[in-house]
Amino acid sequence: MAEIALNEDIPTDAPADVAAYIRTDETGIASLNLAVENLHCGACVRRIEAALAARDAVTSARVNLTTRRLALHWRADQAGAGELLGAVAELGYRLVPFDPELLRDGAANEDRTLLRAMAVAGFAAANVMMLSVAVWGGEASGDMGPALRDLLHWISALVALPAVAYAGRPFFRSAWGALRHGAMNMDLPISVAVLLAAAMSLFETISHGQHTYFDASVGLLFFLLIGRYLDRRARSKARSAAEQLLLLSAAAARVVGTDGKVRALPIGAVKTGMTVRVAPGDRVPVDGRVSFGQGAIDASLISGESEPKSIKIGDWVHAGTMNLSSPLEVNVAAAGDDTLLAEIVRLTAAAESGKAAYVRLADRAARIYAPAVHLLALAGFLGWWGLGGLDWQAALLIAVAVLIITCPCALGLAVPVVQVVASGLAMRRGILVKAGDGFERLAEVDTLVFDKTGTLTHGRPELVNRAAVAAPVLARAASLAAGSRHPLCQALVRAAGPVASRLEVHEQPGMGLALGGTRLGNRVWCEVAAASPKDGNSELWYRESGQEPVRFAFRDRLKPDAPAVIEKLQKAGWRVEIASGDRAEVVEPLARQLKVSQWRADCRPDEKVAYLQDLAQSGRKVAMIGDGLNDAPALAVAHASLSPARAADVAQAAADFVFQGERLVPVAVTLLLARRVRRLIRQNFSLALAYNLLAVPLALAGLMTPLFAAIAMSSSSLLVTLNALRLHARDAP
Amino acid sequence: MTALLILIPAALFLGLLGLGAFLWALRSGQFEDLDGAAERILYDDDLEC
Repeated sequence: MAEIALNEDIPTDAPADVAAYIRTDETGIASLNLAVENLHCGACVRRIEAALAARDAVTSARVNLTTRRLALHWRADQAGAGELLGAVAELGYRLVPFDPELLRDGAANEDRTLLRAMAVAGFAAANVMMLSVAVWGGEASGDMGPALRDLLHWISALVALPAVAYAGRPFFRSAWGALRHGAMNMDLPISVAVLLAAAMSLFETISHGQHTYFDASVGLLFFLLIGRYLDRRARSKARSAAEQLLLLSAAAARVVGTDGKVRALPIGAVKTGMTVRVAPGDRVPVDGRVSFGQGAIDASLISGESEPKSIKIGDWVHAGTMNLSSPLEVNVAAAGDDTLLAEIVRLTAAAESGKAAYVRLADRAARIYAPAVHLLALAGFLGWWGLGGLDWQAALLIAVAVLIITCPCALGLAVPVVQVVASGLAMRRGILVKAGDGFERLAEVDTLVFDKTGTLTHGRPELVNRAAVAAPVLARAASLAAGSRHPLCQALVRAAGPVASRLEVHEQPGMGLALGGTRLGNRVWCEVAAASPKDGNSELWYRESGQEPVRFAFRDRLKPDAPAVIEKLQKAGWRVEIASGDRAEVVEPLARQLKVSQWRADCRPDEKVAYLQDLAQSGRKVAMIGDGLNDAPALAVAHASLSPARAADVAQAAADFVFQGERLVPVAVTLLLARRVRRLIRQNFSLALAYNLLAVPLALAGLMTPLFAAIAMSSSSLLVTLNALRLHARDAP
Repeated sequence: MTALLILIPAALFLGLLGLGAFLWALRSGQFEDLDGAAERILYDDDLEC
């Protein structure tokens, strides 16, 4: 079969869609950025880089394992892109070119800005604190003269003021943005406190005062930037659905011209009415009707169902499905943005943007906190000035002290630290946390909606009547099946274990395999007379010449721990439901086996979305657990969502959590962890609040000194961090 | 007290040196691919047998 795919009339050099992404500079060096599929570990990186480095034309090839991207540079006059990419494709990695300019969404730049600000603040905090300790020491021992104290204050100012101006920008910008829109956020009290502390300290330095707060202002910035960076990093892990889709859509279509020749065209150039050829193992690039060939396609990307669909001339195929058996020609009815695949992606994007913006716990706290703090400082000022009889400068000092002491240092760390510890714990259990606020939302969930195929079940057929078949027969049948891409054949090979593949096997599309007089395939192919048992299983027949036919039965089986996990979740108070795209007669017995009373079958992607929206309307907070591309819109619209790692890329991109492994227990682990995370976040808020209740009266009474501020600030930050680490202690197995 | 005139600039200089080193590392892409760097060290590409 395979040679048919190879001898097509495709130009070996630079397929049209790749050429568009090549940039050649004036020295003749061409560069190309590619996303690499199936990249797993350092060994993959090494194989790809070694394969490319072996070519003379290549000047540099660097694979980034974190972003799964390859940056390739080569001398354009010595080699074509198609030749180089072919070398990598031979290793089994699919490459998709992309334009780095399009993906540059500013997120990476933002990360670097924060990191740089953090470094500067850290440097300033350490050095200013060193000088402050000298001042405090001199004050305590009483042998420091005012001249030396002034000198140390001036050096502090020299270090702290530029640092505040540089490292404070992320906060100033965000506070100004909120203020301009008439809103309050946590950055407003931060900015006011830092700026006022710096300004007041400068004033004190000029007027030979005793107390300066330079250490407090840069120290605050340093702690807050740590919190901000951790928070940001947790969020940027989530890569957008659109970016992932880039990998999914077929890169080029092979269009059959009127002269019978096959040319490669970028997807965007394919028009309705053209004929497209699809080789076995390729994804169908368009929606359309089959005009030549027959066989089977894997539509799991669209429907979520793993069972291959057999097709013949005149049948509809959708973009994104994979051709399993023999070459097909498809008459294009819709391409690009008009395909069902594009429609599902639009549905996902719409669901994502339509979902009411979730207001995080920290932001909700800020709405009360910021005005309260400012009113308190104002009251302090007016109280001491008007009623207390102080002059306005002294009264202002007290107001600033209140602002510094209430600056939400611990609050800024309260959420991110818990988040980071929890993400680390989840990671060790094979759960990837993609959304920064995922745990917060998941903790509020009361209803769980599961998809069936691939989530509750393995999502692929498994041999179920192994005991009824003699082992040597199974091995012989498997060696016949080893060369085929058909899912049932692959299930047979999995069940038999390692077998030698037979190259001379002939495959008859839509029927089965043959080797001499031995046949493996459907009942017609093996000339079976007996009726099949009506057990709902998929079947393969195997017949050696002169022997009775043997039946292999396959079924998509439940994950082994599914019943226990579902029961545990129900006992813990969650309402469990099933929404599947599969037929009712398959879903119903499964729901009964799992003791789930609420189930729906035959759900199209938009019906799942509508159902989840109905549930949300009736006041429920729903978590969706699903894997197919068909689930992506539902995952996006749900209050929180989980997806197994074998899921389609788009589903993974749309989900808040991605869990690894063949089991369902990570769902329960994540849900329980989310509840503990919420509890810890609330505890941390309480701790921060308690610290304020203690410190604010002292500041209002005019008793605060820079030393006290430094101790209070660091200890409260340390306290919330240590409290977050308790998540570890209680997790000990 | 004249020791301070040397010690304080020396301390600030050392601090700035560290800050400069970090900013250089950030700019030259040392933090671009943390996962890849961790695994690359396991392969002896430079040893030609």
